[in-house]
Amino acid sequence: MLLWCVAAGFGWKEVVPWDSGLIWGGQEIHVLAVDDSSVDRALIAKILRSSKYRVTTVDSGKRALELLTLEPNISMIITDYWMPEMTGYELLKSVKESSKLREIPVVVMSSENVPNRINRCLEEGAEDFLLKPVRPSDVSRLRSRMR
Amino acid sequence: MFIYTTPVYRLSLALQGFLDEQFYQLEELQDESSPNFVEEVVTLFFRDSSRLMANIDQALEQCPPDFHRLDKFLHRLKGSASSIGAGKMKNECAGFREFCSEENLEGCLRSFQKVKKEHTILRQKLENYFQLLRQVVPVDKATRSGS
Repeated sequence: MLLWCVAAGFGWKEVVPWDSGLIWGGQEIHVLAVDDSSVDRALIAKILRSSKYRVTTVDSGKRALELLTLEPNISMIITDYWMPEMTGYELLKSVKESSKLREIPVVVMSSENVPNRINRCLEEGAEDFLLKPVRPSDVSRLRSRMR
Repeated sequence: MFIYTTPVYRLSLALQGFLDEQFYQLEELQDESSPNFVEEVVTLFFRDSSRLMANIDQALEQCPPDFHRLDKFLHRLKGSASSIGAGKMKNECAGFREFCSEENLEGCLRSFQKVKKEHTILRQKLENYFQLLRQVVPVDKATRSGS
């Protein structure tokens, strides 16, 4: 099965086999999902893969930063807020303070609807804030924000 | 989606007091590429939750109890329950958390008994459900549109 993909703003088309991941502007969309909960990692990974994104999951902010130094072509980071050792907010800050990483869009997820928390993250440069449990419709609205 | 035989319908009805809409979201995510997705996530949940409950047990036995640590475990337990659609268990955890924030040890102990009971019942019901699903021969497999 072939998938037509139009890279908006670039004005060209690329035909790619669907199982190689969604191609946007010639680059595969690779999302990094960060969550200390194995249940939530499985869930977010499945939702993302169902949308044909390539997904890597890690269980901590520390591992996320390690991976980011090795893997430069991450289209988006989706991170849980409450994690031991390094919170999603602290990860967001580290990414936005890094000259190498700051262009990567970061989305924060939380099971709690705390307006202060949401505002803090948005002010720090988060693209969006998702309430858990995350649904496929939440993820589809992130498409346009991916790098 | 399979067309289930009557016993499975009856069993899924029995599950309805315990599960909320999120469980059906999980079933919607299950597809040919991950045909056992729901059972896999549920397995992760019980592995995670059993460990958390052992931690909660320990935290409650401490003298004086560490309510701060307890709250962290509860946050995680409630989150996982929410992610798999274990609505009843999620609500019990919320009640437990209230007592925890009040540092009401007796309330916590009572709540914990309820949570443990819920956990055991849910595990049994879900095990039965998956076992029955395995025994059912698919009568008709509707193709998913769009995937």
